[in-house]
Amino acid sequence: MLAFTIRRLSQSVVVLFVMSIIVFAGVYAIGNPVDILINPEADIAEQEETIKRLGLDKPLWAQYGLFLSNALQGDLGNSFVHNIPALEIIFTRLPATLELAMVAVGLAIIFGVPLGMIAGLKDDSFIGRTIMTGSILGFSLPTFWVGLILIMFFSVSLGWLPASGRGDTVNVMGIEVSFLSWDGLSHLLLPAFNLALFKMSLVIRLARSGTKEVLLQDYIKFARAKGVSDTRIICVHVLKNILIPIVTVLGLELGSVIAFAVVTETVFAWPGIGKLLIDSISNLDRPVVVAYLLLTVTMFILINFIVDILYSVLDPRVRLGGSN
Amino acid sequence: MFIQKKGLAAAAMAVSIALPGVAQAETLTMGMASEPSSIDPHYHNLGPNNALRRHMFESLVDQDEKQNLGPALAESWKPTGETTWEFKLRKGVKFHDGSDFTAKDVIFSACRIPNVPNSPSNFVSFTKAIKNFEMPDAHTLIVHTENATPLLPTYFANWGILSAKASGVTGDIKYDKENCGLTTFPATADFNKGSAAIGTGPYTFGEFVKGDRLVLKRNDAYWGDKAQWDSVVMKPISNATARMAALLSGDVDFIDAPPTQDLEKLKSNAKFELSQGLSNRVIYLHMDQFGPSSNGVKGTGAPAAKYEGEGPCASKDCEKNPFLDKRVRQALSKAINREAIVAKIMGGVAVAAGELLPQGFFGTNPGMKPEAYDPEGAKKLLAEAGYPNGFELVLGTPNDRYINDAKVAQVIAQMFTRIGVKTSVNAMTKSVFFKTRNKYEFSIYLAGWGAGTGEMSNPLRALVGTRSKKTGLGGTNRGRYSNADLDKKILTALSTVDDAKREMILQEASRQAMDDYSILPLHYEVTTWAHRKGLSYNARADQYTLATGVTKAN
Repeated sequence: MLAFTIRRLSQSVVVLFVMSIIVFAGVYAIGNPVDILINPEADIAEQEETIKRLGLDKPLWAQYGLFLSNALQGDLGNSFVHNIPALEIIFTRLPATLELAMVAVGLAIIFGVPLGMIAGLKDDSFIGRTIMTGSILGFSLPTFWVGLILIMFFSVSLGWLPASGRGDTVNVMGIEVSFLSWDGLSHLLLPAFNLALFKMSLVIRLARSGTKEVLLQDYIKFARAKGVSDTRIICVHVLKNILIPIVTVLGLELGSVIAFAVVTETVFAWPGIGKLLIDSISNLDRPVVVAYLLLTVTMFILINFIVDILYSVLDPRVRLGGSN
Repeated sequence: MFIQKKGLAAAAMAVSIALPGVAQAETLTMGMASEPSSIDPHYHNLGPNNALRRHMFESLVDQDEKQNLGPALAESWKPTGETTWEFKLRKGVKFHDGSDFTAKDVIFSACRIPNVPNSPSNFVSFTKAIKNFEMPDAHTLIVHTENATPLLPTYFANWGILSAKASGVTGDIKYDKENCGLTTFPATADFNKGSAAIGTGPYTFGEFVKGDRLVLKRNDAYWGDKAQWDSVVMKPISNATARMAALLSGDVDFIDAPPTQDLEKLKSNAKFELSQGLSNRVIYLHMDQFGPSSNGVKGTGAPAAKYEGEGPCASKDCEKNPFLDKRVRQALSKAINREAIVAKIMGGVAVAAGELLPQGFFGTNPGMKPEAYDPEGAKKLLAEAGYPNGFELVLGTPNDRYINDAKVAQVIAQMFTRIGVKTSVNAMTKSVFFKTRNKYEFSIYLAGWGAGTGEMSNPLRALVGTRSKKTGLGGTNRGRYSNADLDKKILTALSTVDDAKREMILQEASRQAMDDYSILPLHYEVTTWAHRKGLSYNARADQYTLATGVTKAN
């Protein structure tokens, strides 16, 4: 376990380093932030002065060197646009995205697993086929379009739910959350559902194939022969055994939901980090983009690590750090 | 239909449940295309920040919706010599913290402007003309300038006044260009938190949650007409479709920049209305008029001389630059059917342009018409210039910066192709576009210019003055047009204090720039705001969206 952790950590450092170079050079190649940020009425002297003030007159390697030495001290730089630490901006926006992602993944599990198991148990029935057809729609329709349709239907036509923004938030131990007030919850529902739709379809498919496979296993037959009730077979033996692929996939998907909820956040004007990323890219706010992507990489590494540990909990046959 | 009515009732209910009490008090909720980067009025000299600044931090001089100057914190002003101005300040004005407004606050604010760390675009251009201040009494301010500066009142309409007292300055301030001997200035972060956001404006700071909302409260102690709304909530909704949906669903009362393709639909919907007004923004084509060869031109043959200077042609072989010949520039201008672009592409929300500013602005030539569409004449001019079979061009354009920018470029490319100049369009996102343009990689490009000062010297200076660090001309002249005679006129205008004389020089300079086809103006944008019925917006030429301009219609 210890060897496994150490190896993972050292790999992570290399990944982070490489990532920072790629992102830094990539944003540099897109354009010069001053072209976007400066008032076009500034004359040539003012333009040059601004470039110098933001440290953009130095060659790329010098800028990167400065970034790296600061980063090693935990400072990822100030946002060009907002003039506050990039990490601070990201962390103030993170709770909104985390909340959205958690609710979305929660919805995906709560609806996806039972529906998938029903589809697996009643494979040939009308219900089973309906669920499967529905799941095809779920991951083939583009998020952007579904989001707009949801807004048109629930907000514009029916007027039940608000179309955009986050609504009222409640402060819980220093973190603003919106699911505790009705206003916040009503703002949360549509974007969370929109984000959940794809994952839900994925979970349905995984649960169905898992269920079908597990039902044929010897231990299920044995349990049946032993006289274990159907409810217990399905809720304990089947459920536990189909969870491994679902946990793997959802683990990875949770990362991508947090990191790339961009489309949903844009359509619903949700003040999360996805929207921050898009705004920062279009403003060429390099410190924020770099900090964001480094954070994302770190998060993926962490999630993968947790998933690996969860395996060993769910399936005693899996051992960590097996290679000697 | 029935469902829709019921839905609206439900929406109204949901809103009143969601905002108990606030629904009765008068709140204006606005969906905004862009968000200011800070509350600090001196941090970032760019549209969204400057618009927000006007709610909380007033300036000495006001620019009304047509950009005409009027009194604000200064009641009157006049030049008392070539390089001195006297401003009479308004008495009895209080800052949001209750302290009195005096001339010292003006000097303090001017001192802070060069001292905003990491400002991505500061306001020094509006204060650098100031040599010194004199303060004969608390409400009189004498300004000495380095050179004759006729635009000083306009400059003074562009920076907000902070309270010296609230910033901890109690003694006298001796003005200089560095820091006036002061060691600490309020930090940008303190404005965002609200603690330093103390101005004299009709609204006070309420709350700022970046990316989510910005709340302003009415200033009940305001010296002028009190604001109409108890509070204003500005929500940044950058996606145009989402902004539109927020308006349709009743989430917001008011949006700026509604998508052009939805305007017809909004007009026919009885629940919503549009407010429109001509802006000071001209969309133009600029042509590379620098060296003997130009990047992206094909079929013109070898250049007559070697390319020297900055640009891609310095390191690779380019073909001859056709734009040095005025007849070619004129031919392209004649090839453009501006009226058709306005009617078909812009859906009527534009006006064909014959100068760099719309009729009626200071320095424009009354009766100046846009170039008439004349493809036959254009072909003839091309033949005379030695291109009977035309040549090939690439037209650069951003695709997310101006209204329908890439679509307009497509149509212009077809119009050019019709007279034999085979044109393809290279459309890109604005960040990449500006970088490419500033490296002189386009031989012709489409862009826009809004005249912040609302008079002709502004676009002439930036777009057609010869690029020079010394004179300050040509900041955005990326076609590198250069005409010494025109430069002289612009510089003379910029130092002529007499309004009538300056207007004449500017009119002449504008005519000269147009007659030489230095730049091809296409159209002026008409700005649109959409809102629920019962509101109206005082459309502004500078395209700013101000809560102070939103009123109840009856």
